[in-house]
Amino acid sequence: MYGGGNVFEATKFDDVQTEDPAKLEEFEARIARGEKIEPTDWMPELYRKQLIRMIEQHAHSEIIGALPEGTWITRAPGFRRKMAQMAKVQDEVGHAQLLYSAAETLGKSREQMLTDLISGKSKYSNVFNYPAFTWADSNIISWLIDAGAIVNQMANAKGSYGPYSRALERICAEEAFHLKYGHDAVVHMATGTPKQREMIQAALNRWWPPIMTFFGPSDKMSTHTETLMRWKVKMASNDECRQQFLDMYVPKIWELGLTVPDPNLKKNMETGQWEFTEPDWDEFKRVINGDGPCNAERLAVRRTAEERGAWVRRALLNPKAKYVKPLA
Amino acid sequence: MNEQAIKDLLYKLADDQLILGHRNSEWTGFGPILEEDIAFSSMAQDKIGHSLAFYTLLQELGEAEPDTVAFTRNANQFHNSQLVELPNGEYDFSLIRHFLYDNAEIIRFEMLSQSSYEPIAKVATKLKGEVKYHVLHANTWIKNLGSSTEEAILRLQSSLNEAMPYALGMFEKSKFEQELIDAGVYAGEEAVKAEWLKRITAVIEKTDLKLPDLATIEPKFGGRYGEHTEHLQPLLDEMAEVFKIDPTAEW
Repeated sequence: MYGGGNVFEATKFDDVQTEDPAKLEEFEARIARGEKIEPTDWMPELYRKQLIRMIEQHAHSEIIGALPEGTWITRAPGFRRKMAQMAKVQDEVGHAQLLYSAAETLGKSREQMLTDLISGKSKYSNVFNYPAFTWADSNIISWLIDAGAIVNQMANAKGSYGPYSRALERICAEEAFHLKYGHDAVVHMATGTPKQREMIQAALNRWWPPIMTFFGPSDKMSTHTETLMRWKVKMASNDECRQQFLDMYVPKIWELGLTVPDPNLKKNMETGQWEFTEPDWDEFKRVINGDGPCNAERLAVRRTAEERGAWVRRALLNPKAKYVKPLA
Repeated sequence: MNEQAIKDLLYKLADDQLILGHRNSEWTGFGPILEEDIAFSSMAQDKIGHSLAFYTLLQELGEAEPDTVAFTRNANQFHNSQLVELPNGEYDFSLIRHFLYDNAEIIRFEMLSQSSYEPIAKVATKLKGEVKYHVLHANTWIKNLGSSTEEAILRLQSSLNEAMPYALGMFEKSKFEQELIDAGVYAGEEAVKAEWLKRITAVIEKTDLKLPDLATIEPKFGGRYGEHTEHLQPLLDEMAEVFKIDPTAEW
């Protein structure tokens, strides 16, 4: 689950000036023709760097994103939800595995990426720094955060880097099931008992502001995306993704009799654009830089998991360890 | 066939799998490597699915529906062995428990697939193919880690010593034991245990681990009769936290 917000930190764009102009020209021509770039192909350093950063952040978002919903696996009500919640969160961990492998093709090891996650050097999707207080919060995440992720990932699946784009195609297929699961759970809550309706509305109210920042700051505020779009690293602007999400999901939210906690939210029929209260980008920046309600907790959980599991990884790397084929 | 005896057996099977499935699912997001997160989650899904299959057979015999049975009973109404309710601890303990439990589970399923009681035979035949993979997973990891670093061997040995009394508790006889054997439902706990010992010994012998001397171990019995450690009730409370907000609601 990843919305791609605030992925591209400012980069010195003169970096491309040092590349071999002939190779760069050929590279750009290949992308313009719609060809995929593969791990052993020539690529500008900047392309490699930005892709590692993007895929790595995406992978981190999957494992950190497994935590808020993961805490509800053991509390999911009834067999049907318990089994689905387990499978859903497992998928997210599986996505992380796929994505770390895709990023490794660009030259950074999984171990190094996890070290950078724990040290706070690399980022993950900001929404997961908010807590899932109730079962209803978990349902809202499964439905709307996964919905947002699909909007972004469907676009990025058309990107130029082969391993990432193939991983995204598989991920989107699974996310489509999550979306159905999340929607089904929200429908049950929204059409259930008064207590259930109250729980789901409260969860939507809590999650709406983070959802609005999910795709990252407005394009007016982000710079340096032109080259990245030409290279098909970034496939859709943050604002386009946000508009598409609102178009697809606000009517579905209203259909369930739920309200969106933004009095200014409406579609302008003349421009065809949704209008809404500008999200609090200062808070967004503060949270992404570590000062959110759950940043410390999320990283602490990850750090503990890494530390507690270190002996297993050491044992696997031990030259004395006998590799045993599963069927032996 | 005495229906009480069959129900007793079904509860034992279903409760073991529900509780171990629940424990396995607690690894999601916390495994020592991503692949193990995923593996424990897969096994959790299988185990809970298997428990549902057995609760469904119980429902056919007149018991309440699976959600009610699983989410509203108290610890003293559960028939699982104490082994499965113990907290996950570190990965070495979870792995050892998984190894000890699934090597017994597969034998039970193999026997039950030949059962004279057809509904159980059908379910066991269908599900034993999945348990086979759980056993492969456990045995592979025990063989790998059990002959690797000193640290890993020490950890596994200590967990093996700790888990063994509880593992022996899995074979606590039911009060209908002889009846079930005579009726050909399955060969009984003594027979499962004898075969289990053979199989786990064969794996342990390929490692630097040592099987503790079973003659000196007092099995932790009681689970099959509703006596549990202090760990089961909190697990059940957590499992039912949302369900109990309104047990009549559709979630």
